[in-house]
Amino acid sequence: MNVNIEINGKELQAENGKMLIEVTDELGITVPRFCYHKNLSVSANCRMCLVEVEKAPKPMPACATPVTEGMKVFTHSPKALAAQKAVMEFLLINHPLDCPVCDQGGECDLQDFSIGYGEGKSQYVEAKRVIKDKDYGPLVATEMTRCIHCTRCVRFGQEIAGIREIGATGRGENMEIGTYIEKSIDSELSGNIIDICPVGALTSKPFRFHARAWEMQKHNGVAVHDCTGSNVEFHTLRGEIQRIIARENQDINDSWISDRDRYSYLGLNNEDRIFKPMIKKSGNWETVDWEEALNFTAEVIKNGVGTIGPDSLATLVSPNATLEEFYLAQKVTRGLGSHNIDHRLQQVDFRAQESDPLYPGLKMSVKQISEQNAILLIGSNIRKEQPIIAHQVRQATIINNAKISLVNTQHYEMNFNVSAEFADDANILNNLLALAKVLVQKDKIDVDKAFSKLISSAKVTDNHEQTIAELKTDEDSLVIVGNTAQTMSNYSQIKIIASFIATNTNSQLAILTHGGNSASAYIAGAVPHRGPCNQVEENGLTAQEMFNKDLTTYIIQNIEIEKDLIGGDSEEVINHLTKANTILISSFVTDKMKEYATIILPAAIYTESSGTYINVSGTHQSMNAITEAKADSKPVWKIWRVLGNLLNINNMDYMSSEEVKDEVLDILGDKDMQSSINWMDFELDQVSNRAEYKVKPLGIYAVDSIVRRADALQRTADGQQ
Amino acid sequence: MAEENLKIASLNDKVKAEIDTWVAKYPEGKQSSAVMFALKLAQDQNGGWLTTELMDAVADYLSMDKIAVYEVASFYSMYEHKPVGKHKICVCTNISCMVCGSAKIVKHLEEKLSIKMGETTEDKNITLKEVECLGACVNAPMLQIGENYYENLTPEKIDEILDGLK
Ligand code: SF4
Ligand code: FES
Ligand code: FES
Repeated sequence: MNVNIEINGKELQAENGKMLIEVTDELGITVPRFCYHKNLSVSANCRMCLVEVEKAPKPMPACATPVTEGMKVFTHSPKALAAQKAVMEFLLINHPLDCPVCDQGGECDLQDFSIGYGEGKSQYVEAKRVIKDKDYGPLVATEMTRCIHCTRCVRFGQEIAGIREIGATGRGENMEIGTYIEKSIDSELSGNIIDICPVGALTSKPFRFHARAWEMQKHNGVAVHDCTGSNVEFHTLRGEIQRIIARENQDINDSWISDRDRYSYLGLNNEDRIFKPMIKKSGNWETVDWEEALNFTAEVIKNGVGTIGPDSLATLVSPNATLEEFYLAQKVTRGLGSHNIDHRLQQVDFRAQESDPLYPGLKMSVKQISEQNAILLIGSNIRKEQPIIAHQVRQATIINNAKISLVNTQHYEMNFNVSAEFADDANILNNLLALAKVLVQKDKIDVDKAFSKLISSAKVTDNHEQTIAELKTDEDSLVIVGNTAQTMSNYSQIKIIASFIATNTNSQLAILTHGGNSASAYIAGAVPHRGPCNQVEENGLTAQEMFNKDLTTYIIQNIEIEKDLIGGDSEEVINHLTKANTILISSFVTDKMKEYATIILPAAIYTESSGTYINVSGTHQSMNAITEAKADSKPVWKIWRVLGNLLNINNMDYMSSEEVKDEVLDILGDKDMQSSINWMDFELDQVSNRAEYKVKPLGIYAVDSIVRRADALQRTADGQQ
Repeated sequence: MAEENLKIASLNDKVKAEIDTWVAKYPEGKQSSAVMFALKLAQDQNGGWLTTELMDAVADYLSMDKIAVYEVASFYSMYEHKPVGKHKICVCTNISCMVCGSAKIVKHLEEKLSIKMGETTEDKNITLKEVECLGACVNAPMLQIGENYYENLTPEKIDEILDGLK
């Protein structure tokens, strides 16, 4: 329902009950504020937003005053201004005058508002309060004397991060914001308190004293370390990335990003970065120019394909590559007659891959997860795998009192209420089968012999029944298969049974894939069983099969095999690579990689190249190069283009990465990205039972070669594990 | 005595049972409402002051975030975070008591015990603490020891009280 109100003499309509500050924000009317934040609860404790409301005896806080019929508001009347100025004067009593040495200078709400509302001089002559600094660990720097007690960081911990680490202790003059005991802030979302702190009390430790807010350029971008597609802003100075901060997107990440997305830039300038093409000639590495390197590479590939056959070529691409890179990599590989291309480094069981949809993902926006009423999480340590998706799951528990059930092989600490946790350290499947059994028995579902045999031995408990009942209510529910499940040796079975549970409880099925851009990889055809946009192709070798036999040529893009490829025997894998001609297109090269490589082509880092990322729910987000490619390194799509041309692949004359993208989108046609996530019918007995073994999934700060090199992240509690 | 209490890190069964009776007074799931009493009981168990370990034990027992317990325990002045004497004398110096001569009371106490406000006697028997209005202004000046109020104070009355604390 709308009500008629008047703001500064202008009549308008606003939704009844909305807070005044929301209405003025929409209209672009400035109301100063410190404690109010649109993604946090209202605490109304700073009083900076006082405005005049007709008939109210005193000014009212705009952030905590709902609009009502006939309300007349004045945001800039003498009475409002006097109130705002008075509050400002109080806030400045204890605030130090250290703006020249404060990192927040230039982007400080207090500084800005004190220019608008502050007095030129202070009436206060007494000593100012001084607060001892805290050590919050390697990510967040503190200068607590600057704190104005807005409690945004406290509310963030309670409401968003879900672990309250910061609080307001003491009282009156002695009140302090802090952890009370000496303790680091361990939340995987901790960096957000830097963004929301309106003053310089909380700033970024790694960024400290690196640049001033006004001298940096801002570039929009996407975070690439998980499948969420969080929006970020890159800030650069003189061609170098200085920091990453969150960019609001109310469909994906609200105002938040994970620490991984915020601090991964620290890994960009690692000493392992290489800038010159190199060729190994009779055991010794020689630096060569690009022309020689590319000609030699093409020669090597041609020879292998010519003498042994196209099947002896395999291409392995990092799941964080761009849509364009995936597409060109597969175009060159398939153009040469090989189907051996993959990006699924964290998967070992591919048996049910034929039934994958256009791309494994989520049939709703990331934000819509917060609207679910029941969620079953299978094989997922979601907080560490996709911290922002975990945030939306948490929101579901808060907004809808959603019931969350977990099926894992071990207990994981979650930051939301869990309704049932199944943690069987022997295997995931037993509990999934028990859930399926509840359905089969209760709903008298007809299943084939193989399946009934499979579920016959499953032990059903009350908790299984409860979880199924929760999923089955009429309301929205979701079954999520996580990263950990994908690393398992019986992932196909897990996926099939997850799908069985989803279908029969009327829930959506979602798969949260590894890497930052695996949706693009599927769509571009960087999988061995399908060409671009689901075109049927002959089956090639999967990432695991590529190392089951000797191949002649491997092309490996931005992967540290020994760290990124799970399963199998890493020594064996390296043996194969050493014997073959191994071409690395890579930004980083270690001594280990030099041992098995033959050719090294220095790739520009993702921030130095334009490209497209598609997140788990099918949202395309293209990014321009943030900085120039360093020294002699080249954007990967250009390397593939030249290689394609040298290898006589047709239509490789792209002028820009957009042209590549347009070509993929052309093939995609007008397919709707979300409704294309249709799981094909699974044959329940399609995959036989297989012993389950566990592979240790990569930790939160070990997921890719950039994050692994971000030393501040490595020094956190999560990084130490 | 305070030193040996440093080691107490968990709530004893008696305290737990007593906390349970407080928890039972609140609706289910609102057990954190019992935090103030739980802290008082923990403090009594430890000879009048709280350690971080004890606050943590209260947080665990009531399924609260630790920091939320620290907030309560650091906000209210009746919780002590350093060892105190066997008897804690809380002298009100707020407005009514001040007008009725609390300064004289404070001076007498300090001289008699040869300690300042906020200090503890060498024999660890008595701690002096300055507090705000305890709601007994009608009979100001006043002080509190344990659960007893002593009102309409005079130096003579104080001597009498102190004699009783030996
Ligand atoms: S540290 Fe910053 S965000 Fe936290 S209460 Fe102080 S001013 Fe607010
Ligand atoms: S913004 Fe309204 S009181 Fe702080
Ligand atoms: S002022 Fe002392 S009891 Fe009220």
